[in-house]
Amino acid sequence: MLMISPKMASGVQEKQYTPCLLSFFIYNPTFGPREGEEEKKILFYHPSAVEKNEKIRNVGLCEAIVQFTRTFCPTKPAKSLHTQKNRQFFFEPEENFWMVMVVRNPMIEKPNKDGKPPTIEYQEEEILDTVYGAVVRQCYCMYKLFNSTFGRAMEAGGVELLIQKLEKFFYRYLQTLHLQSCDLLDVFGGISFFPLDKMTYLKIQSFVNQVEERLSLIKYTAFLYNDQLIWSGLEQDDMRILYKYLTTSLFPRHSEPELAGRDSPLRPEVAGNLLHYGRFLTGPTNLKDPEAKFRFPKIFISAVDGYEELHLIVYKAMSAAACFMISASVELTRQFCEQLDSLVGPQLTLLASDICEQFTINRRISGPEKEPQFKFIYFNHMNLAEKSTIHMRKTASVCLTSVHPDLMKILGDINCDFARVDEDEEIIVKAMTDYWVVGKKSDQRELYVILNQKNANLIEVNEEVKRLCATQFNNIFFLD
Amino acid sequence: MVWKRVHMKVRQSAIRTFSSVCCYTSFTTVETVSYCEGEGRLVVRFPVSGQTSGAEPARCVRMANEHYLELKENPVQFEHASSVNNVFFDEANKQVFAVRSGGATGVVVKGPDDKSSVAFRMDDKGEVKCIKFSIGNKILAVQRTSKSVDFINFIPDYPHMEFTQECKVRQPLGQTSPFPPVPSVTLCVALQTKNANVLGFCWTSWNEIVFITDQGVEFYQVDRWRARRFCRVKLLFRCGAAGNVLKCGFQVFPDKRSLKLQKSQNINVNWYQYCPETAVLLLSTTVQGNVLQPLAFRNGTISKMSKFEIELPVIPKPAKLSLSERDVAIATIYGQLYVMYLKHHSRTPNSPGAEVVLYHLPREGPCKKSHVLKLNTTGKFALNIVDNLVVVHHQSSQTSLIFDIKLKEPDCAVNTHQPVLPARSIHPYRVSLSGPVVVPSQPPVPCQLYSSSWSVFQPDIIISASEGYLWYLQVKLAPMVHLLEDKGKLMDFLLRRRDCKLVILSVCSQILGGHEEAGLPVVATVFDKLNQVYKDYLEADQSYTAAMESGPSRGSTAQKRPVRTQAVIDQSDMYTHVLSAFTERRDVSHKFIIAVLMEYIRSLNQNQITVQHYLYELVIKTLVQHNLFYMLHQFLQYHVLSDSKPLACLLLSLESTYPPAHQLSLDMLKRLSTANDEIVEVLLSKQQVLGALRFIRSVGGHDNVSARKFLDAARQTGDQMLFYTVFRSFQQRNQRLRGNPAFNPGEHWGRPVGEGLAEVLS
Repeated sequence: MLMISPKMASGVQEKQYTPCLLSFFIYNPTFGPREGEEEKKILFYHPSAVEKNEKIRNVGLCEAIVQFTRTFCPTKPAKSLHTQKNRQFFFEPEENFWMVMVVRNPMIEKPNKDGKPPTIEYQEEEILDTVYGAVVRQCYCMYKLFNSTFGRAMEAGGVELLIQKLEKFFYRYLQTLHLQSCDLLDVFGGISFFPLDKMTYLKIQSFVNQVEERLSLIKYTAFLYNDQLIWSGLEQDDMRILYKYLTTSLFPRHSEPELAGRDSPLRPEVAGNLLHYGRFLTGPTNLKDPEAKFRFPKIFISAVDGYEELHLIVYKAMSAAACFMISASVELTRQFCEQLDSLVGPQLTLLASDICEQFTINRRISGPEKEPQFKFIYFNHMNLAEKSTIHMRKTASVCLTSVHPDLMKILGDINCDFARVDEDEEIIVKAMTDYWVVGKKSDQRELYVILNQKNANLIEVNEEVKRLCATQFNNIFFLD
Repeated sequence: MVWKRVHMKVRQSAIRTFSSVCCYTSFTTVETVSYCEGEGRLVVRFPVSGQTSGAEPARCVRMANEHYLELKENPVQFEHASSVNNVFFDEANKQVFAVRSGGATGVVVKGPDDKSSVAFRMDDKGEVKCIKFSIGNKILAVQRTSKSVDFINFIPDYPHMEFTQECKVRQPLGQTSPFPPVPSVTLCVALQTKNANVLGFCWTSWNEIVFITDQGVEFYQVDRWRARRFCRVKLLFRCGAAGNVLKCGFQVFPDKRSLKLQKSQNINVNWYQYCPETAVLLLSTTVQGNVLQPLAFRNGTISKMSKFEIELPVIPKPAKLSLSERDVAIATIYGQLYVMYLKHHSRTPNSPGAEVVLYHLPREGPCKKSHVLKLNTTGKFALNIVDNLVVVHHQSSQTSLIFDIKLKEPDCAVNTHQPVLPARSIHPYRVSLSGPVVVPSQPPVPCQLYSSSWSVFQPDIIISASEGYLWYLQVKLAPMVHLLEDKGKLMDFLLRRRDCKLVILSVCSQILGGHEEAGLPVVATVFDKLNQVYKDYLEADQSYTAAMESGPSRGSTAQKRPVRTQAVIDQSDMYTHVLSAFTERRDVSHKFIIAVLMEYIRSLNQNQITVQHYLYELVIKTLVQHNLFYMLHQFLQYHVLSDSKPLACLLLSLESTYPPAHQLSLDMLKRLSTANDEIVEVLLSKQQVLGALRFIRSVGGHDNVSARKFLDAARQTGDQMLFYTVFRSFQQRNQRLRGNPAFNPGEHWGRPVGEGLAEVLS
């Protein structure tokens, strides 16, 4: 990706390139241990057009590095390799299965005057191991959500099936990776919870329970509003990755018809459905269509005995979305979908407007939205709750932040520092651009604040953060 | 049963003599009804046309547990009516009078309790037509002719000798007689006019009496003091040419002033009905008799309420008396006065059957037709009011229907009601053959229910004159539970009943019995209904308390402490009788248990009722039992389980199995803002000494806190720097507070602080 730098040095234009994906491969060294069989190790390689020998060489290099570093610490081999031009991330999700992602460092291209080729300056220190390490892990989790583990594919259909599955999944998935906009939030992989009063929350509880009782096929339910989670029947770790999928992939794909007007052709057919706004985001787009297929994506979640395979039905009415999960062993029929539609549709529509109403009331009570002097990211490791005033709404293509990437990098750095020690601590940084960046860690919570106060001193900044905690986080225990 | 249709051969409504009852034709639809003993079932045989014999189908109906009406135990027993014994019933005092030989061989008065039972003798001065005590058994009034009423004084504290001296006393019959002689009739009120007949009289208080003549009513007061000495009083009515009473006087002898006319109303009266609870008298006027004039008696005054007309099914030509007394009853339902009119169907083929039309009689304002009860059948009916339910007995089918006028019928027009439950007969009842006297050797035999010798009185009285029983009718709620499918409707119904608590709780247990019983929506509806009543009570109680606190002087009359009825089912009731047992059940999925608990909490919240801690504990216990920690976490995150110290402590105890509970607990303590000491303790126990110190400083408690526990905790960490920091911090505090870094003696932890420091620093 090309970005025009804000620095315009004496009329000569510099071109700045953000980090991008160079290659991504998955291998298992045990599949081709003998010489000449190296190719068998490779299960997936992106880009696939790369010449076979180069693939083998790259895989071999990774293997060698991992093996070499193992001699120093057998349990923790190398996680990343820094080079001038790129950075490689190694991740072993299952025994002997390695995922490697190669990211090109961001670079600045400075044109030379006399027709010489431009000089390229790689910014080796700009990308953070934690962020991209998290991206690789996320890749695996997402694969696992839809395909279960590598090992399971091996059991089911050997290497061929695994290769096939990997090909099918990662071919599409890698296109949706936007490495230039990865930041601290990827490290957290948190869940944004929708703020809600107790009564409305209980109504949602009641709704979920009643639907689960009426349609006893439903094993788990999750409820979201405005892309924020309200209720999860799944366990935390499963919800975390499902939430990621919903908010970064499924919802953005379906947001357009909602934004479109009622009469817009983009809006799906709502024939005879004037009673409610409910519709399926997965599965059939139109129940009335006699050709409609009642197939839903399948997901895998952890269960007491290994993994559980489920149909994922996502049903949405206005801004409220309900995810129903049904055991994959059950065949879903038109009748079931119609029943679900007629039961959930009207109720969900009603709930959505209730929530919306309650939300506006709460907003009014808390006073008009003032543009605060500071921006912050909050994350709680215990419930994975995250809150960011730095990030704009996520869209399908990019995740917009309202602050300079430099500041985001400082946040990432502070996070790395926090990860190193167990104790609560606080770090205050004065950035080059006159911003103050404050990181606080208390128990399992982390808070990062960016203050735009040029002339403030350390004491004032500290006071300001205290005040922020007192106002924004008064209902949690935050040591100061 | 003395059915409304026939029982009034005698014109007085307040006097019902049982000697003149009619018999009824036998059943036409059901051939035989027999009760199988031991099996608790009623066998009904239906005649089958065209079938000869042998294979007669017998339909066994399991009804024993479906009788929702029963006659109360311990009926009032009296000598049954016979040629020598006349029986009278007084609705005001609920007393049965058994008058033998015109009173000469004794009058036995049986009331609802022993205190109101009296026995005495009086002179036989002709056939008694009506006999009633004033309230409290002070004065007895006896009517023997249509022109006069006699009074007998029963004021007890009156010196007997003096009394007898002034009255004609009948000589005692003998020492052995169980009936003490009573000073015989001494005060006689008589009408002198030829065309005014006393239809009857009613006592409205201990000394106030109203006479109803066919031409009006007269309201008298027996003077409180003079009544003790009254001897003979003669009331004289003087009537005008039109038959209206122009003037009335009375002869009192020897004291003329013992009976005083308070008020009178001139009006042509066909018949009357009297409601003793509200002291409202209903008069039937006009030729057809369908214009009813209610009069209210209070504190010695008559107030005329607005009159109203009853719509007759057919207007007779020529006009004649068409509204019969036996088709009208007056009673209070839900604290409101209603006139009930039994409207028989006009004999058209598509007639839907008889109906009961209720006219609401407000204290002020016009009376209006308010409810229509559809009986869906025809025949002979009788009405009772039990627990604010209208009970309609149907003789030919030997069943009764009940109606609740507060139960809204969605599929009916406004205020049209269908029976709440299918028709059932009154629970079989047994009496001993020998009558009132119990003979142990003889087993009791079933009593014939819906008998033609039955007489029905408001609100809930059934009398069998021929057998000598007075029963109170009562409803049994338990059998209704299975007869009413719609649980929401059932709950509405039960919440309005008197002894409903246990039944409601058992219904709650039932609907939680499993999935086939009732779904969550039903559970939610039931909880909402319960909590609505609960909330109304709490609010009323609160406003009462607030009013009491603000000073009883202002508006003190209006405030009455709200009565806690059985319908108020609070959280502890639900917890002890329903929920705690329910959560223990193994045959119900935990998902359903949690859903039910959450539904109850939601319902409480919806009604702004503070949820008690033990319910939260139940939720947590259930969640923890099934390892649903994440669910618990989410509930806490949205403050569904409200903050409290006990809850925070409970969470702390969960930390070993679910580490995030620690954080949740601390957050909760923080929000409580009264638990700073607890927070310090928690932090110190985690060896977060600096954190604890910073926290106590941030909340401003640093100055008062005991240094000792901090120093103790710091020493236990073995971190010398930490100890030093803490120590210095307290020294600085001491310096600031007292100008001296030294500690107070109490703050030592065993040894002088300095010494300990030296050891640690070394």
